[in-house]
Amino acid sequence: MSEKFDAIVVGAGPAGISCAYDLAKGGASVLLLERGEYPGSKNVMGGVLYRKMMEDLIPGFYKEAPLERPITEQRFMMMDKESAVTFSYKGMEWAKEPYNNFTVLRAKFDQWFADKAVEQGAILINETVVLECIVENGKVIGVRTDRPNGEVYADVVVLADGVNSLLAQSLGFHKEYRPDEVALATMEILKLDKKIIEDRFNLEDNQGCTIELFGDATKGILGTGFLYTNKDTLSLGVGTLLSGLIKHKIKPYELLEYVKSHPMIRPYIQGSEPQEYLAHLIPEGGYNSMGKIVGDGVIVIGDASQLVNAIHREGSNLAMTSGRLAAETILSAKEVGDFSERILDQYRTKLLSSFVGQDMKKYKDSTHHFDKFPQYFTDYIPMVNKAASQMFTVDGSSKWEKQKKIWSDLGTTKEKMKLARDVYRAWKVIK
Amino acid sequence: MLHIVACIKQVPDTKIIKMNPKTNTMDRRTAPAILNPYDAHAVEEAVRLKERYGGKVSVLTMGPPPAVKAIKKCIEIGADEGYLITDRRFAGADTLATSYALTKALDKISKESPVDLIICGKMSIDGDTGQVGPGIARRLDIPPLTSVNKVVEINKDEGYMKVHRKLEDGYEVVQSTLPCLLSVEKTINEVPYSPFPNMLKAARYQPHIWSVDDLEDVDIKQLGLKGSPTIVSKVWSPPKPEGGTLLEGNPKEQVEQLLSIILEKKELFTVKGEA
Repeated sequence: MSEKFDAIVVGAGPAGISCAYDLAKGGASVLLLERGEYPGSKNVMGGVLYRKMMEDLIPGFYKEAPLERPITEQRFMMMDKESAVTFSYKGMEWAKEPYNNFTVLRAKFDQWFADKAVEQGAILINETVVLECIVENGKVIGVRTDRPNGEVYADVVVLADGVNSLLAQSLGFHKEYRPDEVALATMEILKLDKKIIEDRFNLEDNQGCTIELFGDATKGILGTGFLYTNKDTLSLGVGTLLSGLIKHKIKPYELLEYVKSHPMIRPYIQGSEPQEYLAHLIPEGGYNSMGKIVGDGVIVIGDASQLVNAIHREGSNLAMTSGRLAAETILSAKEVGDFSERILDQYRTKLLSSFVGQDMKKYKDSTHHFDKFPQYFTDYIPMVNKAASQMFTVDGSSKWEKQKKIWSDLGTTKEKMKLARDVYRAWKVIK
Repeated sequence: MLHIVACIKQVPDTKIIKMNPKTNTMDRRTAPAILNPYDAHAVEEAVRLKERYGGKVSVLTMGPPPAVKAIKKCIEIGADEGYLITDRRFAGADTLATSYALTKALDKISKESPVDLIICGKMSIDGDTGQVGPGIARRLDIPPLTSVNKVVEINKDEGYMKVHRKLEDGYEVVQSTLPCLLSVEKTINEVPYSPFPNMLKAARYQPHIWSVDDLEDVDIKQLGLKGSPTIVSKVWSPPKPEGGTLLEGNPKEQVEQLLSIILEKKELFTVKGEA
């Protein structure tokens, strides 16, 4: 009774759906398994969808996909307790086709995206948990689900089961992640009138704004916060390394409450009503934490293989690209009828030479660097705020005196040297 | 060989749905569409009877094209065939017009393969009327058996079946001729986690989709809004319970406060006539 497919994709997130879409389009028989009630029901993301990677898959998708707002302004807010220094860019070139990026709500978007894969011929089954890979002679030949008669077979199993990837872990591909390799993000979707959102964020219809929050948003713990505009909701969240939360003994929702009541954020969300509360782990170990991603009859993609660029808050685009490269590899493996690790390893080669691998390598030390030197978040951001306050406060002292004061506030010569060294080091890891 | 047809409905999940405070109507966009929970039990019962006596289970629904999803859910439970009647001319139907349209579809299904038994859920969770099932029975001139919580036996050769009907203080055993129509309680069975092969079948399944023109002898005036004499004069949300006292302090203090409140109102707990 058990059926055999060319490929089984476990997990209908951006990685899994992209992979299933391209496989089905390429003529392979694909089974896409999702544990949630529908694709997107269990998926969490701050909310930025990158147009380029999505268009590589479905050209012109923005004409029909359920998107929230094209992002026309990106702000970066360096926050202290009662102040913030903000840098922003807004451009009208982002307000028209083909746009740059979009805010999306995953519960809506992923359903649409999965339907597209189904249109290509993929078979989607929801509410089904994959318990384990079926392994025979060291080769993955299928999966066992939690349903009666739940075994199903395939030439290749693609693991897109998300950050913890228990399936890849049980195959021995990676160890359980350490608390400093994963971030915990919590977010709320806040309902607010469309008109009020547009007034508050200086937007017109079909324009969106993202604000990335640094510093006091996470109480100095390594991480970032974000405030994104959707059509008639706001997405507000904070994400910090799990190890940071443990060390500072702060509960994730306390941090979110703190941001919500912060004087720099409060006015934006005033009068809004929480509609959803979401929390998720984000793999932030980077390149150094990536485990084995290819085996006999198996490929690991997306979050399951730690593909996140924490510095640029990118993840879904890396996931989608990895899904496409996996599909490409499987389709050519199908042509030669060989699904061994040796052939499937093309996926790893392609991934590492693509922008995904390049970026993962480039930023491989960034999380660890900022984790090791907490002064960036605890000292330097407040310092910038203080300097700006001194510079712009009109109190009768001359600008020359002000600059002198700011300079002396940077500390002794030794401390200034340290600051210069830190700035250089930070530049090196993120440039 | 029994041919059982379960009539089902796709409904907004009323556990989640929000009411529009201005119009007092359901804001259907706020809730996902699901298979009416009572109907899942109707389909499950049909599948169990098929397993017991052999035969075929079909499901029938009227609704917009996305109702295909509800039919697929029934295939997951174990139904063999699904029929969707969908047409703008059906829109706005009350229970009278709905039972008319479904009866016309049942006539057509019967022509392909005679129907022995029709099973409906007790009621839909969005309308709560429970009228469509008996309405179909009346139009087909077959016995309606409502509030069924057990099927004792079916004897197709001798043309009868026996069921338990739920009563307030027990149940009654009723024997009816076949064909007949049951509307079932949730207590009739438990809908199990569907086996994987059913999931695959459902994912691939495409139901029969009929418009008004595919049905025979249809009086257009009896369809949709035109065929619906029901007038909804007013809809309102029940008032939210107000008041109440929050007891504070540690558990011991709270218990003490609670006891003294209960003792103050002890007349509520004494039976009349006792001292």
